[in-house]
Amino acid sequence: MALPKVYGLETEYGIQAVNVPESNPTTAASLLINAYVSGLPSGVGWDFEDETPGRDARGFQRDGGQAPDVERHLVNTVLTNGARFYVDHAHPEYSTPECSSPRQLVVHDRAGEVVLQRAMVAARRVLPPGQEIVVYKNNSDGKGNSYGCHENYLVERAVPFPLLARVLCTHLVTRQIYTGAGKVGCEEEGAHAPRFEISQRADFFEEEVGLETTLKRPIVNTRDEPHADPQRYRRVHVIAGDANLAEVATFLKAGVTALVLALLEDDALGPHEMYLAEPVRAVHELSHDPTLRTTVELVDGRRLSALEVQWELFDLAHKYAEERGLGVLGSEEEGRALLERWEHVLAGLEADPATLRRELDWVAKHELVDAYCARHGCGLDDPRVAALDLQYHDLRPERSLFARLKMETLIEPGEIEAAVSDPPATTRAYFRGQCLKRFAPAIVAANWDSIVFDVGRDALQRVPMMEPLRGTAAHVGTLFDEVHNPAELLERLSG
Amino acid sequence: MAERELKRRPAPPREAQEIEAQDAPATSERGEKLKAELDELLDEIDEVLEDNAEEFVRSYVQKGGE
Repeated sequence: MALPKVYGLETEYGIQAVNVPESNPTTAASLLINAYVSGLPSGVGWDFEDETPGRDARGFQRDGGQAPDVERHLVNTVLTNGARFYVDHAHPEYSTPECSSPRQLVVHDRAGEVVLQRAMVAARRVLPPGQEIVVYKNNSDGKGNSYGCHENYLVERAVPFPLLARVLCTHLVTRQIYTGAGKVGCEEEGAHAPRFEISQRADFFEEEVGLETTLKRPIVNTRDEPHADPQRYRRVHVIAGDANLAEVATFLKAGVTALVLALLEDDALGPHEMYLAEPVRAVHELSHDPTLRTTVELVDGRRLSALEVQWELFDLAHKYAEERGLGVLGSEEEGRALLERWEHVLAGLEADPATLRRELDWVAKHELVDAYCARHGCGLDDPRVAALDLQYHDLRPERSLFARLKMETLIEPGEIEAAVSDPPATTRAYFRGQCLKRFAPAIVAANWDSIVFDVGRDALQRVPMMEPLRGTAAHVGTLFDEVHNPAELLERLSG
Repeated sequence: MAERELKRRPAPPREAQEIEAQDAPATSERGEKLKAELDELLDEIDEVLEDNAEEFVRSYVQKGGE
């Protein structure tokens, strides 16, 4: 039985210190996050006790490759909405709290943007006039440097990893036709004239499967760090995705990927051999063709376009939905909404991608770039076009080009505002967030699967949270209403 | 699935209507509206785009992340 999906999104933002003398990206990111956190009632640090980013899903611990390092000395904080906000490799990074549906994930991803916007305002207040730290929600500087937007999905441990890797690879390579954020330029090996590419990230993938995230990036990442009961759960960590500004794109990115994983868990893919013969080549070639006509080879010898592969996945998902329902995605209603949107977007891409100009990032940016070039009689190699590309992702409302496009939204602003301080009610993030809201002074540190309290006794007390769907408002809402202090909370939890 | 005939799925009727309406942007009313919106947008972009595009693009250098 497929597990109810739990979702998380980690976004590394591009960062630029404007007119700040002797600045480097790490100090700029630290200043930005500290400026935000110091304006909050209380800040709690991150607990590194259970971090094992070197564990590999293929069954070994480190393979001599580049296991991600944990930078313990840098700013690292937990927010009352259950999110983690920290400096990672010279970038500010925002990890959403655990969410229980793709729509909820969009809410918290958008709340993350608001946090970054407020951090920019807070940093402006502490910097001398004329100096500023600016963040960009993109994945490439156009010069061969990439930073990530990683997704996480809870999956049954019993699914064999090699099968999971092959199916996931097929999906990740072909889903870029709706998850791509668009890019002018080319960062593939070898020199090419700038061109319009569908994905910010595709050029950077060099391997099919592996543990690395910064060198020789693999399409399927094997980090095996469930942050939950390792006997039951796997956290599928996806690094092959663009950061999206379009809500529809984020919704599809998370929802469809979760659905494909559910199909895998329930063995609903049939005797399907829809595996790509050369996934690395395919991820590049598909990204380089905004006409979507390019076909790629499958191991069974067929050549299919990304659209055709996605239609096949859609058909399987549709059949699955008829037979078993879609409650696994969060709710039946939301599952249906996802399926409908997926169909609508595939049909639109097939008929004319331009019809999705208000739904998908790459389509919107493509139209903008073409129109700009036509008006100014310039080519894609014009620096103004590169500036336009970057500024699409500028998070300052007064500078953002995305914000001017009137893209379709799925979420009301009030709901996003609430998510800046409130955790999702339907996952363990609720427990984490409520503890931080009410008892921050007694919390020494927190992380995804535990919280450490100091209530004045001899030993610090760790509360484990190994079940991502426990600690919800339904479980502990009343408890929080009844207890008056952290000691009482701990007593009730152990009693 | 292997023997299944491969063909492009026709767009559902609802989609087809929408797409038809947008098919000839140069002549349809909706096409004119889109063009006007785009022109307005380009005016705005000319106003807010970083003044010195070349310098801005050159200075936007990030360390690799993840």
